[in-house]
Amino acid sequence: MSSMTISQLAPFYGARQAVKAVDMQIATQEITAIIGPSGCGKSTVLRCLNRMHETILGASAKGTVLLNDEDIYGSNVDATLIRRRVGMVFQQPVAFRTRNIYENVAAGLRIQGMSRKAELDQAVEEALQSAVLWDEVKDVLSKPGTALSGGQQQRLAIARALAIKPDVLLLDEPCSALDPIATANIEELLVQLKTTLTIVIVTHSMQQAARISDQTAVFMVDTTSGNPIGELVEKSSTSNVFTKPSDPRTESYISGRVG
Amino acid sequence: MNTPKNYRWRKFVDQVMRGSTVFATGCAVIPLIAIIGYVLTLGASALSVQFFTDVYQPPNMAQAAADGSTPAFDPNDPFAGIGVPTDGTAPADGTAPVADVYAGGPVGGVLHGIIGTLIITGMGLLFALPIGIFAGIYLSEYRNERYATIVRFCCDVLSGSPSIVAGVVIYILVVIRSHEFSAIAGSLALMILMIPIVTRTTEEMLKLVPESMREAARGLGAPTWYSTFTVIIPAALPGIVTGVMLAFARGAGETAPLILTVLGSNVISTNLFAPMASLPLLAYRYTESPYPGENTLAWGAAFVLMMLVLVMNILVRVATRRRAGASR
Repeated sequence: MSSMTISQLAPFYGARQAVKAVDMQIATQEITAIIGPSGCGKSTVLRCLNRMHETILGASAKGTVLLNDEDIYGSNVDATLIRRRVGMVFQQPVAFRTRNIYENVAAGLRIQGMSRKAELDQAVEEALQSAVLWDEVKDVLSKPGTALSGGQQQRLAIARALAIKPDVLLLDEPCSALDPIATANIEELLVQLKTTLTIVIVTHSMQQAARISDQTAVFMVDTTSGNPIGELVEKSSTSNVFTKPSDPRTESYISGRVG
Repeated sequence: MNTPKNYRWRKFVDQVMRGSTVFATGCAVIPLIAIIGYVLTLGASALSVQFFTDVYQPPNMAQAAADGSTPAFDPNDPFAGIGVPTDGTAPADGTAPVADVYAGGPVGGVLHGIIGTLIITGMGLLFALPIGIFAGIYLSEYRNERYATIVRFCCDVLSGSPSIVAGVVIYILVVIRSHEFSAIAGSLALMILMIPIVTRTTEEMLKLVPESMREAARGLGAPTWYSTFTVIIPAALPGIVTGVMLAFARGAGETAPLILTVLGSNVISTNLFAPMASLPLLAYRYTESPYPGENTLAWGAAFVLMMLVLVMNILVRVATRRRAGASR
């Protein structure tokens, strides 16, 4: 479990700055939601938090992101090791095609070199338990991961991310490809998980942010310079953001007038 | 309902257009079917058990085997054994008349060619596989666009260039220097032709694997090489194998580069540093031969070559389908 401190974080695509420098605190044992209209850079900022952003060709980031006290953009830091501590779940549920359910969850463990069967068995079961998927799949662990439904695959992806015991879990619109029931399952799961994890979720659903998050960060697109650029306009407790927003842009966004 | 003014005209144009596409397709398919049919009928008639178990027999030997005469070979009278009198008259010793040698059926078999083709092409593939697959992985997974564009362009030029060029290059670089036609030289020439095919298909197949899968693996803290080999390649394997089969088929059918590198042989040879037989070379040389028996062998060799590629294709497809099916 770790807090994150973001300061002067500026993501770039080539020479173009995508988001104005961001300063933000992310507390432990809370769910921080990032909301905002399309193109405001919310996913980009999220992907900067475990150095996934730079895997896009030409993309880079400036600034510092402290994971506890360590700057993940420090000069001697290996990005792959950061990604093991800051897990990520994506918009499209991804089950590794040629692997069965068990091996999908074990993938991250095997990367870290775990190979003893008993150890793996236990870690896989724990991860599936905490992703509330165990009861549904415990008898079909050798079935291909792609045989599961979309909602189950997304929970499989969460289990895979949880298996390597990350300190922080990032979720990039995890429910946008799911139906309402599967969405409810995931939301319930996230609320359970926050007791032991730091969670950051990007969502385009304000209702979802309101339902599950403790803190909300609102991003907007600034088009005044002719060159659209995202910016963080407000970050506060979720109840504040939705009941008495301090920024007029937040108010018009959550009341549905823009975005 | 009102029919538009030019309805009948439009319908007519539509039918003419459809007719021409059907006609053109027919024209395109006819040569294909003709070739396959011709090779099947003429090649299949050459088939016998002996065809697969025997190697080449000179026509006079075959003749001798057929009528019990001694196939003695006298350098001073090379035609003695096959009953061709030097003065052009009928043979005095009662051996078979001239006509029999030229009318003969199939002589010997092409086992040496089958073995040679498998060795030469297999070895060429063995050389080309690591290079092609790793190059494909580089192009798809470790993108460095400027360099990749050059490599891709070179691959496309290479796969479109006449195969004799590969033969000439190896002839000059290897055959002349080693003073020896050899199977290994042939494999190297085929390797040159196979590398671009394997590279490009590997690249294309890897690119078909959704980006989200790479992201997911990366998100777990997997280094690129690890996710490539444990997640991306398994997902693309059936396609990659198809590319490898294409390369094998291309290599197995090549004749021109082999003329300049392996030369050909009439006996079974497994010496990689000596000339070796191969099916396309047999088809080429026996077609030129004046002996009808050898012409028949040429058809048989062509037939076996086609079947070899077909059977390999089917086997590999079945094997990869089972793999892919189990994981779906």
